Amino acid sequence: MAFAYTPGLRVADVTIVRKERRLPLTGETLVEKGQEVTAESVVARTELPGNVKMLNIANVLGLPPSDIPSILIKSPGDAIAEDEVLGQTKGLWGLFKNSVRSPIEGTFESYNEITGQAVLREPPIPVEIDAYVKGTVVEVLGNEGVVVESRATFVQGIFGIGGEVRGELDVIVESPEQELTADLLDDTCKGKVLLGGSFVSSATLRKAIDIGVKAIVVGGFDDKDLKEFLGYDLGVAITGHEKKGITLVLTEGFGRMTMAHGTFDLLKARKGMLASVNGATQIRAGVMRPEVVIPVGEDIVSSSTEDKQAGAMDIGSPIRCIRAPYFGRLGKVLALPAELQVLDSEAKVRVLDVEFEDGEKATVPRANVELIEE
Amino acid sequence: MASKEITRILATDCGSTTTKAILIEKRDGEFRLIRRGEAPTTVEAPAEDVTKGVLNAVGEIEDLEGIELLNDAKDGVNVSADGDKGVDIYMSTSSAGGGLQMTVAGVVKSMTGESAQRAALGAGAIVMDVVASNDGRLPHEKVADIRRLRPDMILLSGGIDGGTIDHVIELAEVVRAADPKPRFGVGYKLPVIYAGNKDATDAVAGELSDSMELKVVDNLRPVLERENLGPARDEIHELFMEHVMAQAPGYARLMSWAGHFVEGEWKQLPIMPTPGAVGKLIESVAKNEEIEVMGVDIGGATTDVFSVFTSEGAPVFNRTVSANLGMSYSVSNVLASAGLDNVMRWVPFMMDEADLRNRIRNKMIRPTTIPQLLEELIIEQAIAREALRLALIQHRELATGLKGVAQERTIGDAFEQTQSGGTLVDMMGLNLLIGSGGVLSHAPRRCQAAHMLIDAFLPEGITMLAVDSIFMMPQLGVLSEVHPKAATEVFDKDCLIKLGTCVAPTGPAKKAKVLATLKMTRSDGSLEEHPIEIDRIELIPLGVGEKVQAEIVPAKHIDAGAGLGEMWAGELEGGVVGLILDGRGRRPFELPEDEATRVAKLQEWSKALDTYPERFLSMGGEE
Repeated sequence: MAFAYTPGLRVADVTIVRKERRLPLTGETLVEKGQEVTAESVVARTELPGNVKMLNIANVLGLPPSDIPSILIKSPGDAIAEDEVLGQTKGLWGLFKNSVRSPIEGTFESYNEITGQAVLREPPIPVEIDAYVKGTVVEVLGNEGVVVESRATFVQGIFGIGGEVRGELDVIVESPEQELTADLLDDTCKGKVLLGGSFVSSATLRKAIDIGVKAIVVGGFDDKDLKEFLGYDLGVAITGHEKKGITLVLTEGFGRMTMAHGTFDLLKARKGMLASVNGATQIRAGVMRPEVVIPVGEDIVSSSTEDKQAGAMDIGSPIRCIRAPYFGRLGKVLALPAELQVLDSEAKVRVLDVEFEDGEKATVPRANVELIEE
Repeated sequence: MASKEITRILATDCGSTTTKAILIEKRDGEFRLIRRGEAPTTVEAPAEDVTKGVLNAVGEIEDLEGIELLNDAKDGVNVSADGDKGVDIYMSTSSAGGGLQMTVAGVVKSMTGESAQRAALGAGAIVMDVVASNDGRLPHEKVADIRRLRPDMILLSGGIDGGTIDHVIELAEVVRAADPKPRFGVGYKLPVIYAGNKDATDAVAGELSDSMELKVVDNLRPVLERENLGPARDEIHELFMEHVMAQAPGYARLMSWAGHFVEGEWKQLPIMPTPGAVGKLIESVAKNEEIEVMGVDIGGATTDVFSVFTSEGAPVFNRTVSANLGMSYSVSNVLASAGLDNVMRWVPFMMDEADLRNRIRNKMIRPTTIPQLLEELIIEQAIAREALRLALIQHRELATGLKGVAQERTIGDAFEQTQSGGTLVDMMGLNLLIGSGGVLSHAPRRCQAAHMLIDAFLPEGITMLAVDSIFMMPQLGVLSEVHPKAATEVFDKDCLIKLGTCVAPTGPAKKAKVLATLKMTRSDGSLEEHPIEIDRIELIPLGVGEKVQAEIVPAKHIDAGAGLGEMWAGELEGGVVGLILDGRGRRPFELPEDEATRVAKLQEWSKALDTYPERFLSMGGEE
C-alpha cells in the first residue's frame, strides 16, 4: 500500500458537528433552514402504523368463514371503538343474537373469507424527533427531517451502550487514572453527564441509575460486568437500543484503562456545560461510534492550528496503541520503516516506531495504532 | 472475425472493506498470476462510488507492472478487442452493499420453515427470523418482529401442494399487516417470494400483490418427503442482484465495464456476489478432479462453508453462510455462541477468564488490529477453531436438499427433521479441505493453518489440506465460467497452497494403542513404517509435489479410509507442512477434562506439528 491509513477516534476541542435528524418514515418537518434550535426542539414528526390485532370472527361466532361478510357491520377502512360491535348474527326470530366486539380502538382493516380472520389496527403511534444538539438547521431533508449544525467540542468513544441523552457535564474524579467509584456519587449527580477516569464497575453504574445520572463517560469497563449489567452476552456489537436508564461511553476499551489525558483535560474544561451523549455503537461496515457533543459559544476558540488531513500518518503524529502489549499507551510516531518486520508472533507486517510519553521506545504493527485526530 | 487469443485477464473483487485486483497473463504457454493490487473499498462516504476503489486497485497494478490497463481518461478499465493496450477480459465480484438479510416463513417451523431457511441460506442470505404458524408467537408479535427486523426480502412458503391452505394465507396476512419497509431505496416495494402450496397462490396474491413486489415460484416442499429448493434460490439470487447489490453506489458503472469481446462483439459479464463465485470454483474443482471438496472462508464478520459431496451417485453442492461467526466484527459472537470454556480449551496455557474476555472484546471494538505477541496469536487461533467448528455444525445441519428434487427423504426422515442435516457431510469421504480468510491464509506458520483446520473440522481418513494463498477464489470462480483453462492453471499454481495430507483413522477402539500402521515407499525406493498411536500426532516430512505409495492397515473396528478394519492402499501427497498422522481419534474427539492434562496434551501436539515456537511452553501463569 502506498500510504498509511489508520483512522482514529475524533477528539476535537472545537469543530463543526453536523447531525442528520431523520424520521423512520416520511412525515412532517417542523423547522426551517436557518432556524436556531435547542437540543430539545422537536424538528420533525410522523405517525407509525399502529399495532395489529388479529381476530378470528368465524371462530368467535361459530360460523363458516364465508358466511361472515353478510353479517359484518364494519367495512375495511372503518374506524372502530373499543368494545364496538363489528358483526352480529341474525339469531332466531330476532332473539339469541351473537355478536363480535372489537377488542381495540382503531381501524377495521380487512377480513379474509378463507381463514375467517379480521385484521384490526390500533391508532397510529406518533413519533417525534428532537434536534439532539443546540445549533442551526442547515438543511431540510424534504418531509423526512433536517440537518442540524453545531459549533461544538466533539469526543468519539470506542464503545457505548444506551441511546441519546443530555445533561450538564460534571467531573467527579481528580484524574484520568482514578476509578469512578460508587462513593463519589450523590444526589447532586442527578440529571448529569459524569466524566469518570479509568474504570467504572457495574455496581457503580447501578447506583448511578438509582440516583438518576444521565450518562457516564469513562476509560474502561469490564466485559464480565457488561454481561452482568445487560443480562446477556453481547454477541454482535450493535448497541444503542438498551433501555437501562443510563448511557455509557467508553473512550479506551475493555478493562481498566486510563482515559487519554487529552480527552480528559478537554472534557474537564467543559465542566458545567450542556452535553449531548449517544452510546449507540455499530462495529461493522459503516462503523458508528458513541459520542459526546458539547455545543460551545464563539468565546471558545480552537487551540489546534494544524489542519491535518484525516487519516494521514507522519513522523511526529500523535498515536494511541490499541492492542497488547502496549494497549492504551500514547506516543508519537518516530519512524515509518517501509520494509516488513517480524513480530513476536512471527507475523511479517508493516510496523512503525513509537516513542511513548514516558520516553520509552517500541516497534508496533501499523494496524495496532490509531491516530489521535486533533 | 476470429477472436483474439486471450492473454491478459483482469479481475477484481469488491469486498466490504478492501477491493482486490489480480492480473493474470499467459506466459510461456500457461496462465499465471502476475500481480495483485488492493485499495480500500469506496462504497461509503466520502467517495460513495465502488468504481473509485476498483480504479485505485487496478492503478496500483499499473504502477507496479508499468503497463496500461485503464483507458486514457483513467476512468474505466480498457477491454480491447484486438489492441496491445488494456486487457482481453475484465470481470468483477462484489460483496459490497452488505449481505442479504431475509425473513423466511413456513407453516410448520421444523418442516417448511426449515426448508425455507435452507433455501435462503443456500442462496447466500442471512436468515434473521423464521416465522411459522406454530412458532409460539401471537400474530401481532410476528407482525411486530417482521417490522422491527426490516428484512431485504421475505420468502413465504408453507403447505404441500394440494394440502390445506388456511395457514399459509394466515402467514400472508401477517406479512401484509407488517408491511415492512426495505432498508434500502425508499421508492421500491419489498420483494416477497411465494414458494408454498400452489393452490393458495391466488389467495396469497390477493393479500400481497398490491403492497409488495410478489414473485411466485414452485413450491419448495411440493410433497412432504421432497424438497425443491432450486426455484426459490434462483429467485432470491435474482432479486438480490436487482435490489441489494444494485444499492452499492457506482455498481451500474462497474457492470458496464465487465465483459470481453467475442468475435468482435462486446459481451457483458455479470457482477457475481463474492460467495457465489467461490462456490462456483469449489464446484468446478470437485467436478474436474472428481473428488469431494469442502471450502471454508473465515472472514471478519461471516464464515462461509462450501461443500461438494456425492449423494446417490451425483455430486451435490451446498453453501451455508454463518452470518455472525468471524474473527473481527463478529469475534464476540463466537465467544457468546461457543461459550468461554470451548474457546479456552484450545489455549495451551492457563489464563484468567476476565482477561480473556476483555481481550476478545477489545478485538471486537478495534477489529483491524493484529496479534503482536505470540500469546495473542495463540488466543486468536483458539477462537478461530471454535468459529470454524460452529460454522461446520451449521453447515452439517443445513447441507441437505439444496439440489432440490434430487434430495429425497423417507416419511420417517421427514418427521425427524433434526436428523435431516447431517446426511450429506461425510468427513470420511472428503478428499480436499481448503481454508481461506486471514486467520488461515496469513497464519505466520503454515502448520498453524493445518492444525486449526484439523482441530476444527476433524477430517477422517485421508484428506488433503490446503489454503488459498491470497484469496483469489472469488475471481477464479468467475473466470472458471469464462475461461476454465486459465482458472484451473492459476488455481493450481498460484492460488492453492497444499499443506499436506492428514491421515486420521477413526473408530471406537478404546483399548488399541495403535490405531493403524502406515507403510510407505518413497520415490527413491526407501521404505518406512509409522505406527499411528492413539492420542498422538506425528509429522512426517513430505514436501510439495512429493508423493509416496502407501498402505494403511487399521486395527479392528478402525476405519482408515477403506472401511472398518480394511487396508487402505494408494498414493499420499505432501505439502508445505508434510504428512500429518493424527491418532487422536474421532466420534467424538475429546480433549482431557483435567486442566493440567489438557494443557500438557495441547503442548505435546503443538510440538509435534511445530505449530508454535518452543517459548510458548512458558506462557501464562497459574490462576
